[in-house]
Amino acid sequence: MIAGLLDDFMIRATLAGLGVAFAAAPLGCFVVWRRMAYFGDATAHAALLGVALSLALSLPVLAGVLAVALGMALTVSLLSGQHQGTDSLLGVLSHGALAIGLVAVSFVSGVRVDLSAYLFGDILSVRPADIAVIWGGAILVAGLIAWRWSVLLLATLGEDLARAGGVDPRREQLVLTLTLAITVAVAIKVVGALLIGAMLIIPAAAARFLARSPEAMAVIAALMAAVSVLAGLRGAMLFDTPAGPSIVTAATLLFALAGLAGRLRG
Amino acid sequence: MSALVAIEGLRVRHGAQTVLDDVDLRIAKGEIVTVLGPNGSGKTTLMRAILGAVPLAGGRITHAPRLRIGYVPQKLALSPSLPLSVSRFLSLPTRRSVRACRAALAEADVAGLETREIASLSGGQLQRVLLARALLGDPQLLILDEPTTGLDQPGAAEFYRRIETLRAARGCAVLMVSHDLHVVMSASDRVICLNGHICCSGSPQAVASAPEYRALFGTGTGGALALYRHSHDHSHDHGCDHDHGHSDGADPGGGAGHAHGAPARPSAQETRRGVVR
Repeated sequence: MIAGLLDDFMIRATLAGLGVAFAAAPLGCFVVWRRMAYFGDATAHAALLGVALSLALSLPVLAGVLAVALGMALTVSLLSGQHQGTDSLLGVLSHGALAIGLVAVSFVSGVRVDLSAYLFGDILSVRPADIAVIWGGAILVAGLIAWRWSVLLLATLGEDLARAGGVDPRREQLVLTLTLAITVAVAIKVVGALLIGAMLIIPAAAARFLARSPEAMAVIAALMAAVSVLAGLRGAMLFDTPAGPSIVTAATLLFALAGLAGRLRG
Repeated sequence: MSALVAIEGLRVRHGAQTVLDDVDLRIAKGEIVTVLGPNGSGKTTLMRAILGAVPLAGGRITHAPRLRIGYVPQKLALSPSLPLSVSRFLSLPTRRSVRACRAALAEADVAGLETREIASLSGGQLQRVLLARALLGDPQLLILDEPTTGLDQPGAAEFYRRIETLRAARGCAVLMVSHDLHVVMSASDRVICLNGHICCSGSPQAVASAPEYRALFGTGTGGALALYRHSHDHSHDHGCDHDHGHSDGADPGGGAGHAHGAPARPSAQETRRGVVR
């Protein structure tokens, strides 16, 4: 019966999208709380370089993306610890990774590459095996974050505060780095390198208007992301628009609605 | 008596710059130690070294076994995008009971703030909530980073009295860092003057033994503030090449400092700065 369900590409797309929402929303809360938006972008953009490497070396795309995203996330994590011009440095890394990735993909000869699939996602073409990978990654990410939740929150409030509480903030930063790389690797198929940052930031920012506690914010962000996936896919069907950008458009509309609701409630 | 923290020959570098050099310091059980120094004197580095947050270039820091440190930072890296109530904050990372949270807030003199959002607190309220969180760990050593920054002088006096009460009730040691060279907590057992190295140390009473100073204590502040004066007219008698933005004019006794000239007298202006109503 499940195999039968998965025959429908819309159902496969929905399952894949919900998996990404499940991982990206709680992680996105930390990205917002720790002002790591550029960090997410740089890691996601580096994924494109991973795609190029995978194609050149005939490796699975997932492996290449995961390796390069992890490398980039670790680099950014190390550099941002030094507090000097971090903002512009992250900007350089983020845009540089994107440009170098595009150039690298163009060098890969012999393979016809649909670049827009990696930039904006190709959710309508996910196969059952992709769904398994996405959900595997999503459960790993959500599980890691749930396991480290309190300690991650403490490290977010202050490194020395965490240290005095017997927590190593560098280890917690590493947890976030790792989960970010995994999220990027599993989300590139769904929303593409350019829009992964959006799936991290927008649902979390929208949830902020309605949430009264960090836990509630993570749950509401996950719900917002799930609704965005459902609404975006529906919209893509109705209006014949690209699916990835439609999901992000739906998330942005939800953000505006949540902002309005939050303001009305006061 | 065995020390809670024993620092021997501590040296810390930031890159090529030596921030702390040859620092020896022992903090005993129940003792209040105030570390004073101008900006850039390494006092925050000293505190972070005790917390284990900076690599040491030399010397060593020994903690008593299973030492419980309560740390009160100057501020939090608080993003307005994080919805966090006071009671949730108190339970990070260890879950605390409602009753324990209520008691700790009352002890820090901010009873009833449980449901407020951290981001909506005033500076003074946040300072006390941070203190309450530190108290929940039943610390043997309380480390306070510039706790009176942003408080006016009555507020600072109030805060110092609270710390004094806490020490009396709990017997915990207190290490306090301050850049205010003119006013220290009079309950300090020791005042340590830091400028890359320990310039001098002594009790505030000894430090402030001049009658002009004593006259200033306790007027209107319950004795919580003391004047600690720094003149600018001495030079070190050994080969220090860094610039001391202050000196040890007030080291008349009990100190580990260098030899100095005549004790300085407060100028009229500094006297006014020391008076707290």
